[in-house]
Amino acid sequence: MKFGVVQFPGSNCDYDCYYALKYVLRVPTAFIWHKEKDISGYDCIVLPGGFSYGDYLRVGAIARYSPVMKAVVDFASKGGLLIGICNGFQILTEAGLLPGALIRNHCLRFICKPQNIRVENIETPFTNRCQKGQVLKVPIAHGEGCYYADQKTLEELEENNQVLFRYCDIEGEITKAANPNGSLHNIAGICNKKRNIFGLMPHPERSMEECLGSTDGRLIFESIINYLQTDSLILKD
Amino acid sequence: MTECKEKKIWQKWSLTLDEYRLINQSLGREANELEMGIFAVMWSEHCSYKNTKILLKRLPSKAPWVVQGPGENAGIIDIGEKFLVVMKMESHNHPSAVEPFQGAATGVGGILRDIFTMGARPIALLDSLRFGDFNQDLTRYLYIGVIGGISFYGNCIGVPTIGGETIFSESYQGNILVNVMCVGLVKKGEIIRAVAKGKDNSIILIGAKTGRDGIGGAAFASEQLTKQSEQDRPAVQIGDPLAGKLLVEACLELKQFEEVIALQDCGAAGLASSLSEMAARGKSGVEVELSRVPQREANMTPAEIILSESQERMIVVVKKGKEERVLSTLKKWDLDSAIIGRVTDDGEFTIKHNEQIVACLPVNLLVKAPTIKRKVKKPSWLSRVNVLDLEEIKVFEDYNQILIDMLASPNLSSKEEVYQQYDYQVQTNTIIPPGDDAAVLRIRGSKKALALTTEGNGRYCFLDPWQGARIAVAEAARNLSCKGALPKAVTDCLNFGAPENSDSYWQLVQTIKGLSEACRFFETPIISGNVSLYNENEGKPIYPTPIIGMVGVVEDFQNICTLEFKKENDLIFLLGESLEELGGSEYLKVIHNLISGNPPSLDLQKEKKIQSFCREMIEKGIIASAHDCSLGGLAIALAESCISSNLGAEVKIKSNIRSDCCLFGESQSRIIVSVDASFSGEFLETAWQRGVPIQQIGKVKGDRLKINQWIDLSVNQLKEAWRGR
Repeated sequence: MKFGVVQFPGSNCDYDCYYALKYVLRVPTAFIWHKEKDISGYDCIVLPGGFSYGDYLRVGAIARYSPVMKAVVDFASKGGLLIGICNGFQILTEAGLLPGALIRNHCLRFICKPQNIRVENIETPFTNRCQKGQVLKVPIAHGEGCYYADQKTLEELEENNQVLFRYCDIEGEITKAANPNGSLHNIAGICNKKRNIFGLMPHPERSMEECLGSTDGRLIFESIINYLQTDSLILKD
Repeated sequence: MTECKEKKIWQKWSLTLDEYRLINQSLGREANELEMGIFAVMWSEHCSYKNTKILLKRLPSKAPWVVQGPGENAGIIDIGEKFLVVMKMESHNHPSAVEPFQGAATGVGGILRDIFTMGARPIALLDSLRFGDFNQDLTRYLYIGVIGGISFYGNCIGVPTIGGETIFSESYQGNILVNVMCVGLVKKGEIIRAVAKGKDNSIILIGAKTGRDGIGGAAFASEQLTKQSEQDRPAVQIGDPLAGKLLVEACLELKQFEEVIALQDCGAAGLASSLSEMAARGKSGVEVELSRVPQREANMTPAEIILSESQERMIVVVKKGKEERVLSTLKKWDLDSAIIGRVTDDGEFTIKHNEQIVACLPVNLLVKAPTIKRKVKKPSWLSRVNVLDLEEIKVFEDYNQILIDMLASPNLSSKEEVYQQYDYQVQTNTIIPPGDDAAVLRIRGSKKALALTTEGNGRYCFLDPWQGARIAVAEAARNLSCKGALPKAVTDCLNFGAPENSDSYWQLVQTIKGLSEACRFFETPIISGNVSLYNENEGKPIYPTPIIGMVGVVEDFQNICTLEFKKENDLIFLLGESLEELGGSEYLKVIHNLISGNPPSLDLQKEKKIQSFCREMIEKGIIASAHDCSLGGLAIALAESCISSNLGAEVKIKSNIRSDCCLFGESQSRIIVSVDASFSGEFLETAWQRGVPIQQIGKVKGDRLKINQWIDLSVNQLKEAWRGR
């Protein structure tokens, strides 16, 4: 089993993800440079947070044209596990690997804070170690995290249980007050139909150790490890 | 070459006639226009410290753990286990007043470069901000711009912004303060210094192309702001945090190459200052060919190229003939680079343009501006503002509404809106986030942690600069002690009015006296810093404002303490004593609209004793919560411990001082702690043994804050007032 963390120019959570996987969970992990064209040998690719290419033009818009992305798309189309965190999620929507878009937070400001999110679907490679309805404490830090999609896309997402996490209050209630950025349906993270591509705005790599205030982020990475180790889940077509 | 004399060019460049004459006399010839321009920026206050150099020498800068004191790009201390901490604070006041967003952003970019120039990875940013009257539209515009700019640059470059202060006062109307502090971490033996050595070694300029932005910025920073300053917007640089991020990573890779001799950032006064400073440190010389400098715009003149303050540029000195690996590494990071010159051994700064020598100046003359002695006079108005007759201040029966008003006031209310715009978690080391007395970062690969804070009360310093400066140091140290950290070193930023004004200069002299005394006492040497003079608006100087950035070390990151109460029935103690002091307090300003009296008294011995007791008890795990009692006094500190924990407190204070002094007085050397009842015996006994003044004032209980018969409010009411919603 091997994780690869992609480094774009301007990625800044690349080392945090690498540290979380390699030193906290102790799984084999390596960096993948954005000019790389061959990414064979990996079981899960992480697109980390940050400001790829300065987020100039539009968040994630330039990164999708990065040389490594062709290989990443290839990898995912063959069923490889792909997770995009924060800026990584933005890149996934820009690349068309996940539906919808992430637009400016409703308050028009960058927000960094602890956040509660509720687990909506546990039958995926990314959430199988969670409980349905479980409330996780995973921080957010973004300026463009408002999930947006047209009505039809939203209906499809809901129908196929592609919404994996929603912003909620401490009791797990999905309320407007608990929604930090104005995301439709309080969406914090979604996967594709096939359930091998997952994007989320909260940062699981920031809630891996007790001293950081939460260890709930582990559940997401441990789910992936569990999936890769047991292969017990069958991906949908 | 009589062009300078005829056109009185020195005036345009803000040099004095004396300085102009001295330059020509030292050169033995008349300097040409370009050379005069270089002198103008190098001899500006911003680059030369000509008004303050003599005073700054009085500050303590030595201790066994100091590896690098003032004189380099940043100071360094040794914290053990082969870890070195690098730190520096710098002002970006004038650019931010004129163009708040870019001014603040490039302030962040500039201070970051000072840190990674030394080979250290930047691990934290703190911002000490001062704005004008909260109710003015202009203030709102500047506030949004400055915070937006810090957020834009700091978040993108991936360095957590973990602390600072945001204070509003009419004094800063039109001349806001933006002081940015950066802290870096490097392993022993991996420091790199900005010293140009070795004849014929190559000088490589890397990063952004050079453009016409920021020309004369250093000189601009050394003048008073006026209404016309708006037109100086082109003197403000533009930041590119992506380029900044690539530079950080590339430089941290380059520093490991043995062929890399030196790294230097290109900040104020651009190539002129960075190259001459490097040569001066190396007792060498430099020769540069300006036509090789990658340029953003066509037809730039030699003066524009050499003085440009275009951001995100660095200088690397590389062993002659060994440039290949450096250049290919820079290519990997998609950074532009060009070999623009070489190190010489003739002590001259030689500038060529298209192979013609256009300027040739002795390095030593450039970096040693003649110092100026200024007139020092105690301001005549001071005795008037120091008058405060408590008899004339009304004492109330019920302080509920007053506490609500205080909590909702601009300087005491929640700063969540500010720090939530900063990514304070990136790098995943932040174990005490912003909002506490100090922020704490763990150090990966070690049990140690760093505590960081900034302090500086301009109002105290206005009333008594010596005392205000001592208090700033004592409070910074107290903030760290409340988190369990031992204070180790200081970086400072001295924000004052024009030195030509004898009042301002007296304030500066007194401040330095106070800082020296307190820093010596706490064994926290000042290892780096910056002076910002000419902070005036329409002829009126700002409050004298020294900002203290302090770092402390926690030996085991598990032994730290936060400000919120932990559980019901814990006992609440006050360490230290409340005296009948209200002078210069936030209470007098907010409730009685008075800025008068003397700042609180400060007994350094007592302060040290209380702080060391607090640290000892935190380390032993006896103290459950600790909170510095400062701005707004005891009532505010108690309210904050309640709000952050959602727990109430029942407090009964036995005291014979006035109720307003008891609740809102800002007596120094006080800490509010809560302790599990079962530890209270040991706790009290140790306090008595150590001679620490201590008083049990109540217990954590319910969901209301009750203080004597004066205050009875629910925690929700406190929270709503504090959060402004």
